[in-house]
Amino acid sequence: MQAVIEFLKTYAWPLVDALIIVAVFPLLAGYVVLLERKVMADMQARLGPMRVGPHGLLQPLADALKLMIKEDIIPESADRAIFWLAPVLSVFAGMLSFAAIPVGPGFLISDMNVGLLFIFAVSSMGIFGIVLGGWASNSHYSLLGALRSAAQLVSYEVAVGMALVSGLLLAGSLSMKDIVEYQAQHGIWLVFVVPIGFVIYLIGSVAETNRAPFDLPEAESELVAGYMTEYSGFRWALYFLAEYSNMVVVGSVATTLFLGGWLRPFSGTPWLNFLDFVPPLAMLGVTGYCFYRIPKQTGGDQKFIMAIFAGICFLITLPLAAVLAPALAAWKVPVHGAFWFIAKVMGYVYVFLWVRFTFPRYRFDQLMRVGWHYLIPLSIVNVMGVAVAIVLRRQAGWNPVVSIGVTLVATILAALWLVRAGERREQQSARESEAAG
Amino acid sequence: MDETQKTAETLPVEQPLPGADEIMLNMGPQHPSTHGVLRVKLKLDGERIEGSECVIGYLHRGVEKIAEHRSYQQFAPYVDRMDYVAAVSNGLGYCEAVEKLLGAEAPPRAKVVRTILTELQRIASHLLWLGTHALDIGALTPVFYCLREREEILKIFEKYCGARLTTHAFRIGGLQYETYDGFERDVKRFCDDFATKVDEYEQLLTGNRIWVGRTKGIGILTGEQAIALGVTGPPLRASGVKWDLRKAQPYAAYDQYQFDIPTGQNGDTYDRYLVRMEEMRQSRRICLQAIENIPTGPIMAKVGKVLKPPPGEVYHAIEAPKGEIGYYVISDGTVQPYRVRVRPPSFINLQAFDTMARGHLVADVVAIIGTLDIVLGEVDR
Repeated sequence: MQAVIEFLKTYAWPLVDALIIVAVFPLLAGYVVLLERKVMADMQARLGPMRVGPHGLLQPLADALKLMIKEDIIPESADRAIFWLAPVLSVFAGMLSFAAIPVGPGFLISDMNVGLLFIFAVSSMGIFGIVLGGWASNSHYSLLGALRSAAQLVSYEVAVGMALVSGLLLAGSLSMKDIVEYQAQHGIWLVFVVPIGFVIYLIGSVAETNRAPFDLPEAESELVAGYMTEYSGFRWALYFLAEYSNMVVVGSVATTLFLGGWLRPFSGTPWLNFLDFVPPLAMLGVTGYCFYRIPKQTGGDQKFIMAIFAGICFLITLPLAAVLAPALAAWKVPVHGAFWFIAKVMGYVYVFLWVRFTFPRYRFDQLMRVGWHYLIPLSIVNVMGVAVAIVLRRQAGWNPVVSIGVTLVATILAALWLVRAGERREQQSARESEAAG
Repeated sequence: MDETQKTAETLPVEQPLPGADEIMLNMGPQHPSTHGVLRVKLKLDGERIEGSECVIGYLHRGVEKIAEHRSYQQFAPYVDRMDYVAAVSNGLGYCEAVEKLLGAEAPPRAKVVRTILTELQRIASHLLWLGTHALDIGALTPVFYCLREREEILKIFEKYCGARLTTHAFRIGGLQYETYDGFERDVKRFCDDFATKVDEYEQLLTGNRIWVGRTKGIGILTGEQAIALGVTGPPLRASGVKWDLRKAQPYAAYDQYQFDIPTGQNGDTYDRYLVRMEEMRQSRRICLQAIENIPTGPIMAKVGKVLKPPPGEVYHAIEAPKGEIGYYVISDGTVQPYRVRVRPPSFINLQAFDTMARGHLVADVVAIIGTLDIVLGEVDR
């Protein structure tokens, strides 16, 4: 009994947090899907989901319900145990990463001293779900999709890891909390110090989460649905959930490492403190818009649902506004931190969507070429550049701006040289094939 | 049946290569990017294509046989169902073939209206091609822009003859319907809007590095190969052969208008894309010229209610959006044709698939099927 109480004393809050993640995250992922469909519709001159609830606001719930009550099909020739295990493994890896993600200083399940490494390791485990799923389905399309996925992850993991290292060299810690605090102390987000690292991470993370234009493992026009071809119903939903949770995870890592985590923009500049009014005003604006749309809905139930959503937005506005009062100043950083963190992650995810609807898909060999010929060399040069900058500052006592600037220019020159060399190589191979053909 | 078996034997697909571990991958007939019910058997070494075989016939309806049991006018709507995304062009070819057999000629007004509608249909067909081709390659957005513009064309068709897809717009000897009030205005408005729209598509795709990477050097067809395989239409012109029936054997009212025939040099998927984009601009140019001056007068030649062409045979081909669509019609002097043979561009262009696909990757198969712009209704008939 004593042991149980001791256990609960130590782990009560993490357990509650874990429950919140498991209970709330699938819903959140559903709304990320809705957001994606709405953004896609907007870019494609359409309306998107409009039927289930006002402006399709209940679409995620309807989709989840549909997927749960669908027939559970396991192909005859599939390896049943692994077929069952694979999607669970995928979603497990995605969810586990959240343990180390700091959604504001108040909401962090576990402040590990190796937090970043933990996320990196656990999210890579999701690939097992994909490879095993593709193998267990016993279908050509699934197998090709799974193999592509494995090759892709291995190639881009290196570049992504190197991009993270370039940030870590500066922050000097793997703890997610320390990384954000480093950025708070120096009053600058790392994206402005190592922009190339951020760009490499952005590209690499799109590839790692299997999103377009790197969505080859599930290229629907080539491999039907890749590794998911034989999956349906709830198992398919688990894969889907894993994909979106991975998106949020890479967004969170990028936010923490490069975009200042839960920090407000210009948090170190007192005269810009009026930016503290942005979160409540933004939510108030959303609330107002929801109220404005209520009378425009057709039918009483649609109006009612719209009113509920307006109410929810208002309820979120209240704490954001309340903490501005001097009496509650201690709560300001956690509450606003969560707002800024989620806003930054959503911004990062929006870039994913934007890219997806703009670009065609890479071919597999091209994908590999981008990874190995450009991203990996560039990421190594970038890490070396950052290291040199740090040495120049600490040992030679250079001005940090100058040392960073010099190495940045050198890295950009290296990048340009890489592109030129790549183009020359392509031209040469084209000439050779012409001569041969 | 015999034909398919023979192709299967002559192709090296069925012979195992010594020492190679190939996968036989069956693409289709239910596959999202085979544009209907094409089935492609691929022999893969890893992801590289060692050989391929197209299996067709899933949409066979015996259109040519039906012709033998219908009167000449009754058969006209059937041709719309072959290439259902370019029904107007199909109808034009058939009507002109029978007119040739009868020795009749459509009046000038009918010819000009036919030209306008056929060119609009070419734009509509190319738009659908562009959208689906881009979608196959992974660009999700252009298809919606393309369908938006295609909708305007279909609206014009609907206003003109009441149907959007299988229009049966023309009759043997001319037109059944006069143009509606505001026809010229509608076409003009579409053409005016369309100029910027094509630029918009090009902005999304032409300079896009991924798009260029996915299409340049893919599915190369040299001019000689294209001629040897009987390939026509944009794939032939993209291989550098300047052959367009609208200029080579002018029909309808094409000899009255100024337009260029775009050609490519490399014969790859990128060139075919550029050729089709330019063709849309040229079609718009023809429409604008034609709309300026539609002659007045009758719309129907005097061909009589019952068509009994004298015994004889005729081959007439026009430049459909997908290539040369030809009708070989034999009359035995009765009210029904003795035989109608269709030369469908999709079917013959599809023959080039194996030549184009060999040595490329699985991902390129969808690009190559897309660039051939086939319609299975026409392939199988």
